[in-house]
Amino acid sequence: MQLPPKETLLAMAATETADDDPFAAALAQEPVRGRSLWSDAWHRLLKNRAAVTSGVIMIVMVLMVIFGPMLSEWSGDYTDWDHTAAPPSLETGHWFGTDAVGRDIFVRTLEGGRISLLVGVVATLVSLIIGVSYGAIAGYYGGSTDKLMMRIVDIIYALPFMFFVILLMVVFGRNILLIFVAIGAVNWLDMARIVRGQTLGLKNTEYVEAARACGVGHWAIIRRHIVPNLIGVVMVYVTLTIPQVILVESFLSFLGLGVQEPMSSWGALVNDGAQDMESAPWTLAFPAAFLTITLYCFNYIGDGMRDALDPKDKS
Amino acid sequence: MIPTRLYRHAKGLAAALIAALVLGACGGDENGEGAERSHRPVPVEEVLVDGRPDPGVLAEEQFLVRGNGEEPQTLDPHLAEGVPSSHILRDLFEGLATEAPDGHIIPGAAQRWNISADGLVYTFYLRRDGAWSNGDALVAEDFVFSIRRSADPATASNYATMLYPIVNAREVLAGALPPEELGVTSLDRFTLQITLTDPTPYFLNLLAHSSLYPVHRPSLEQYGDRFSRPGNLVSNGAFMLEDWAIRAYIDLVKNPYYHGADEVILEQVRYLPIEDQSTELKTFRAGEMHWTYDVPNNQFGWLRENYPDELVVSPWLGSYFFGFNTQREPFIDSPDLRRALTLAIDREVLTEKVTQFGELPSFNLVPAGVTDYEQSIPEYAAWTQEEREAEAQRLYAQAGYTAEQPLRIEIRYNTSENHKKVALAIASMWKQVLGAVATLVNEEWKVFLQNRDQQVVTQVFRAGWIGDYNDPYSFLSLFETNHGLNDYGYSNSTVDTLLEEIAKERIPGRRRRMMQETERIILEDQPILPVYTYVTRRLVDARLRGWQDNVMDHHYSRSMYLLKARDTSKPARASEEGE
Amino acid sequence: MIQEGIVRHGIGRLVSLIPTLLMLITIAFFLIRVAPGGPFDSEKPLPPEIRANLDAKYHLDEPLVQQYFRYLGQILVLDFGPSYQYKDWTVNELIARGFPVSLTIGGLAMVLAFVFGTSIGIAAALRQNSAVDYGAMGFAMLGISIPNFVIAPALILLFAVYAGWLPAGGWDWSVQRMILPVVTLALPVIAYIARLTRGSMIEVLHSNYIRTARAKGLPMSQIIRRHALKPALLPVISYMGPATAGLITGSVIIERIYSIPGLGSYFVTGALNRDYTLVMGVVIFYGVVIILLNFIVDLLYAWLNPRIRYDEAS
Repeated sequence: MQLPPKETLLAMAATETADDDPFAAALAQEPVRGRSLWSDAWHRLLKNRAAVTSGVIMIVMVLMVIFGPMLSEWSGDYTDWDHTAAPPSLETGHWFGTDAVGRDIFVRTLEGGRISLLVGVVATLVSLIIGVSYGAIAGYYGGSTDKLMMRIVDIIYALPFMFFVILLMVVFGRNILLIFVAIGAVNWLDMARIVRGQTLGLKNTEYVEAARACGVGHWAIIRRHIVPNLIGVVMVYVTLTIPQVILVESFLSFLGLGVQEPMSSWGALVNDGAQDMESAPWTLAFPAAFLTITLYCFNYIGDGMRDALDPKDKS
Repeated sequence: MIPTRLYRHAKGLAAALIAALVLGACGGDENGEGAERSHRPVPVEEVLVDGRPDPGVLAEEQFLVRGNGEEPQTLDPHLAEGVPSSHILRDLFEGLATEAPDGHIIPGAAQRWNISADGLVYTFYLRRDGAWSNGDALVAEDFVFSIRRSADPATASNYATMLYPIVNAREVLAGALPPEELGVTSLDRFTLQITLTDPTPYFLNLLAHSSLYPVHRPSLEQYGDRFSRPGNLVSNGAFMLEDWAIRAYIDLVKNPYYHGADEVILEQVRYLPIEDQSTELKTFRAGEMHWTYDVPNNQFGWLRENYPDELVVSPWLGSYFFGFNTQREPFIDSPDLRRALTLAIDREVLTEKVTQFGELPSFNLVPAGVTDYEQSIPEYAAWTQEEREAEAQRLYAQAGYTAEQPLRIEIRYNTSENHKKVALAIASMWKQVLGAVATLVNEEWKVFLQNRDQQVVTQVFRAGWIGDYNDPYSFLSLFETNHGLNDYGYSNSTVDTLLEEIAKERIPGRRRRMMQETERIILEDQPILPVYTYVTRRLVDARLRGWQDNVMDHHYSRSMYLLKARDTSKPARASEEGE
Repeated sequence: MIQEGIVRHGIGRLVSLIPTLLMLITIAFFLIRVAPGGPFDSEKPLPPEIRANLDAKYHLDEPLVQQYFRYLGQILVLDFGPSYQYKDWTVNELIARGFPVSLTIGGLAMVLAFVFGTSIGIAAALRQNSAVDYGAMGFAMLGISIPNFVIAPALILLFAVYAGWLPAGGWDWSVQRMILPVVTLALPVIAYIARLTRGSMIEVLHSNYIRTARAKGLPMSQIIRRHALKPALLPVISYMGPATAGLITGSVIIERIYSIPGLGSYFVTGALNRDYTLVMGVVIFYGVVIILLNFIVDLLYAWLNPRIRYDEAS
């Protein structure tokens, strides 16, 4: 079974505890100048053409999937028996053609995009919430708490994720909410590791020690001092996780365990289209283009953000 | 320097791959056509001498490669279930009777047989030259041993229901009687007698089924659970097991001891378990197989255009229908509503535009092609679709549904491209004709089976039946109140009584009329929504001969052979395939 | 000191194998039993007496907890039991035949991915923000932006159907049949490794000691080989642990589309067919593989980065 690919940050997180990570160090050393750090980063990001272009494309993409279907005369579940598996045509109003039962690919691609993006964002948020709290707690308390918590993460890592997702889908049926939770509940492991590494570095900084000396409670310190300083790395992580989650959803669709018809997703559409790539290439080409562009954009934005937040990397 | 050098390579690979992907995505038809046609072999003209091919027209290498869907669950004939196993077992083993290429029953391991006047006692006279693939003689005692093993609870055969007609079979299976009490005895070395509880006109058909194949006792005793491995498996069919690479291939070679070995032309048969239909199609197109298991769903048009000579579509002994759960609202006591939903489906559109492969629109249960039977076709089958829709709307309104208060139901199906398409089409037709709102529920196979069986959450569900044997009873008996597959919650005492009588009836004419009456009542009660009659669809290399369409879709490799390819300047790739 | 730390760490890892596996077994065992349906449910339902015969044969008639302990007992002697679905084979045999296939394909894919991924990454890092950088990374990104189930059929179409150079699929241990699956499997991994390498290489190149080396006038190729490569590969190495585990335990997509008898499909078909023993077998096997690989990664890590010491908790 193929693991969902682990992202850059995870690997880096492993090094960060040993190596002094420049980003964490920067955040840790300059907490007071946070504002200028952020505005610096923002300026650097704006100079990254790939990231900016990707951002613009993604805004357009989001607007399209929200409002695009209204432009077409067809609805996503209408089966046009006069045009089944019809190629793209301006005359029939099927701008992207139709699928095997005559449904409009244009509308379905955009509606599928809603699901894909939603799955990507929501599942990532789920993993974010679990991962940040878990990692921050483990890193902050350290010692045997940390050891135990990280051992649990290690154990869960050895569980074959896809097997559990499949079983969950089987046991609870094809519920879109479940897809969010299932994917998110597995992805949090990476997040937890990264956040823990960062927190370990942060908790020994002067301002945290100062806060502790003033009698500020653990929770308040975690909430007010630790978590805000994690925002940078978390944002990068989020941007890079969304495309992964979208791919995981497409893998579930490949197994026939994706969202329930008549709902669709890019993964499901691409999978259907891949079956007919020769006889009806349009059923593959359009959803695949949307999917690929989106994944590219998220990756470029994520890379751009990471570069922007890493002050050593100015060159 | 190493990285830089590698980097240069990387650039080359990158260029090649991008080119490949771009070509793959848009180059499709035009690019492929010319190149591909060249490795599609065209056979020489067939020359028959006394109904047998002249050796001069035969390909040199008689190596057949057949697609077989998925990995067979087992090669133990008594444990086998599922189509992939049975395809291979038909080549490996031979029952008392077997089937001709057109599907009719012919003598197999038994040379001839007598049936007693009351239809209860079958006496089989085995061939004197019958032999196992290791040279051992095949005798009546082998069959006695095998059929007892098949019925033995310790074997836990899941197709043992095929033995039910035999005296004491039910009791033996339940463990109430020892296997020795089964109504199977050997009268002498080559004579076997089987006694039945009820006259079962289709009993001879069952003899060709794997649960009644013989197994080789000495090797079973020697190897136990491992007797079906290559090297251990001793069989009595036209071929024997040569090699078995799990989920990669199963190779059979000609059995020199087979009684008809002189007439078997193929030297070797390879079964490939290719699950993905698109991959199977590509494998066929690349010239690596002669006979596919299936073809991809949406590509009838493309296949007809590009592979007109290879595409073979023929009726199958199976009905595709949807079931209503008559134990759950809104379908309790509402035959009219079920009728409305049935009438609202345009089967012509469905089979032409959705399933596409020439499935026959169907309004009844028993598929066309069942021997000696005339289907009970309801009168509305002859109406125009407009008339049917008008009547559907009338019945729908009569049941109390309106545009404001539409019928809301769920259609349940198991994960499959084809089921999804049909369910979508039906939901769409209900919406367009009646205004009814149907939600699709796609379930994974085991969940689907359980839900159907429990009859709690189902409303409308995908059903269908492929006949186990060529007789309407295989279809009608599903509607008996206590039948394990009666997932409709259907119960009609007249039908139950009729089915009981049919099982005992010996006179073919009366039996037929009773079966027609049963089918008529079932359709009148409408626990199902018939859609179409299944077809089998596959690609067959034009050089492969010696097979015929048959409704059971049983194709024995023993009668097949490969012709030479016409153009010798371009070597036929398929025949090189054996490496 | 360091040696000792590693040894102790290694023992710790191996000891951690036990609770991990126990938890894995327990979760998987009960979760698969919760799933509706059983291994012997089929389209043609079995008469109760036959069903009872089957349940008795496989001990499915016993209470679940008893089955659980029976299973644990079997695991202790490394007997995964018979497969319910592939009735002629035991789970041990299925794994023994499937794993070499997955290991070969996955291992080759990992080698390919490592070689190309690091090369692309280094090349991009050396010419940061140039056309080469954008081109190489853009290409690498292709591997993670197009799903495998699109790339695989496209490659078959091109190389098997149109060109006729390679077989369309299937498996017989011949090299031709490995090429397309290995390439497909490697593509996304190339992309990840390239991005990781690029990122860490840029970082390393900006570090003081590399600047010093440059200032001394050492040739770039030598700087990279002698000084930059090792530290730059650290994140790649830690990524490779779980990634290799994923690759060598097989991929459902690759196996389905290329019709390859690897281990990956057993996760899915086993779960879908409720082949309890098969699922448990591959799940446990997977768990062991991933733990061992993480251990190997730790060792590699220590070799590449002498600063890491295992006698501290980190």
